[in-house]
Formats: sequence, C-alpha cells, structure tokens
Amino acid sequence: METTATPRIRLEDIEKELLQEATKGKEIEEFRPGDTVRVYMRMIEGDKEKIHPFEGVVIAVKGAGIRRTITVRKVIHGYGVERIFPLYSPNLVKLQVLRRGKVRRAKLYYLRGKKGKAAKIKERK
Amino acid sequence: MVGLIGRKIGMSQLFRETGEVVPVTVIEAGPCPVIDIRTKEKHGYRAVVLGFGVKKSPNKPYAGIFQRIKKIRPDAPDIPPTQVLREIRDFNGDVKIGDFVDVSIFKPGMKVDVTGYTKGRGFAGVMKRYGFAGGPDSHGSKFHRRPGSIGTSKTPGRVLKGKRMPGRYGCDKQTVLGLEVVKVDKERNLLFVKGSVPGPRGGYLIIRSHKGGEGDGG
Repeated sequence: METTATPRIRLEDIEKELLQEATKGKEIEEFRPGDTVRVYMRMIEGDKEKIHPFEGVVIAVKGAGIRRTITVRKVIHGYGVERIFPLYSPNLVKLQVLRRGKVRRAKLYYLRGKKGKAAKIKERK
Repeated sequence: MVGLIGRKIGMSQLFRETGEVVPVTVIEAGPCPVIDIRTKEKHGYRAVVLGFGVKKSPNKPYAGIFQRIKKIRPDAPDIPPTQVLREIRDFNGDVKIGDFVDVSIFKPGMKVDVTGYTKGRGFAGVMKRYGFAGGPDSHGSKFHRRPGSIGTSKTPGRVLKGKRMPGRYGCDKQTVLGLEVVKVDKERNLLFVKGSVPGPRGGYLIIRSHKGGEGDGG
C-alpha cells in the first residue's frame, strides 16, 4: 500500500457508479413529464412478496442521478392519488410508458385542480 | 478504539435491500500510515499517530518525523510526509510504526463517531449563532434581528460574563456520535456513513469506533 497522492475522488463519479449498479437488470423506459406510465413496485406484505403496478401521469421529476424521484398521479373514484417513487429503488422493478403526453412545462401541478376534460393531456406524436 | 483520518467527499443516498433510502456521507478514509506510537511509560497515555494525505512541500523538521520511521523499522515502506497528523487515543489492535491502517477496520453496521471542524460562518448575529427569536418582521416593528436587553441597570451595572452576543461562529471542533457505517469500499478507501458530518467537502475528519460500541474497549 502507498500513500501517493491518489487522484481526487469526486462525488459525481461515485454517484454515477451507484446509478449504474442500481439500473442493472432493470427495465426503465425513457419518459417525460406528462407521460402516462405503469410502475411496477415490489411490495412485501408479511412474508409474501408481490409486484404491485401503479398507473398514472408523471407530474414531476425531481432530483438527479440516484436521487431521482417521480411523482405519479391518478384519479381513483374521484379522488386524486399521487405517489412518489424513488426511480432507482431496488423495489422498483419496471417502468412502462403507456402513452406519451404533450405538455409545455416540467411540473404539472396544475392538474391537481382540474377535473374531467380539463385534466386531459394531448398525445405526443 | 479504532480510528482513521479521512476527508469528506460529500453526501448522497443509498438504498437498503428493503428499498429504504439511507442518507449517507461519503468519506475517503485512509490508508493511514502509523507514524509514531505513544506509550503509557514514555508519554503517560496510549495512542497511535496516524498520517493522511501527502504534504506538498514539507519543511525539514516535519520531514524528519517521517524519516524516523525507516530508522526504527528498516523494512517499512517509504512514507512521504503526510498532510495531516492525528493521534488516536487507546488504539486497539497490534500496530507497529510503519504499518498501514485502512477502512477494513470498519464493517457495515458498526457505529462510529466522526470529528471535524464545522463550516465557518464568520461574524454572525445572535439569531444564527444562538437561535434567538429576534423580533417581528412587520406590523411596524423596527426590532428585527437584534439581541434585545443584555442585562439590568445599576445592579450589577455590568454585563454578565458569558452573555451570548454576536461574534465569530463556526470553525468549531465538533463530534457526531453513533453514526452507522452503511457501506465500506475497500478498493477505493471509501466509507459510507449514515447522516451528516461536520465541515465542508474536502474537510479533514477523524473517524473512530463509537464509544461503547463494537471495536471499542481495550
């Protein structure tokens, strides 16, 4: 072992590697805010393990690298439900894009106040 | 007690197998050469002197400390003068001058205490420095971030010693106790410790086994 001056270790490089490890063997389709996606989350109930899909519109993407999270919104029986997923969680098995939406902003929080037709997002071709 | 000298790289996050997110500080720790050993007989206490980093232009007296290693142990590897020297008191384990201590002394799940110097905040007011409430911002108030009264009048006619007032804040030695080691990367000498740690990125730290925890005693 030596004490020679090691090249400076950068946090960015470490995070990049963590990200690579985290994405290994995972199917995450490319997506944008406004897209309708299905997220497959591994859930542990007692000693059983099941994969639970959640379907909805991506209304926000936050964070960079391994810290990235997405907020997915859907309306169930008239109630708006939002879930925040850490994109690179080991429990997130798969992310599928069902429909590509055409939107003009990065955060779609305005959808929260809209109902029915007003909450519709045009399809992106 | 076992310990190492390290450098703070920054904060990130890791996932546990359960998917739980763990906020971590990444520390580049060691390998630290043992420069000297303090003994009960000679110095009155037990400790090892560890080095870390490489000093660019050491002066002669400082360089001499490192040349001494070769004299005591001719088989020791070349150790260039290190940037920092720190003593770790009551070091466990059989180390000799010229040995290297690295991150493998820590295992995931172990608790550690991390010592560093907090970020300097310059001349700070009483709200930042001591958490005083200050006054209202609006409603005609002209009393915003001031400390208020600092004492009584004729009796005692002076300000009490230790009265908390504005002044230099930060750059203080601080130890965070009982942080969990989440991951150890032996190849690159990295330590992933749960939670935050004093000081700026690139600041030097001392990482010791937690008092009373695993690796302590002796």
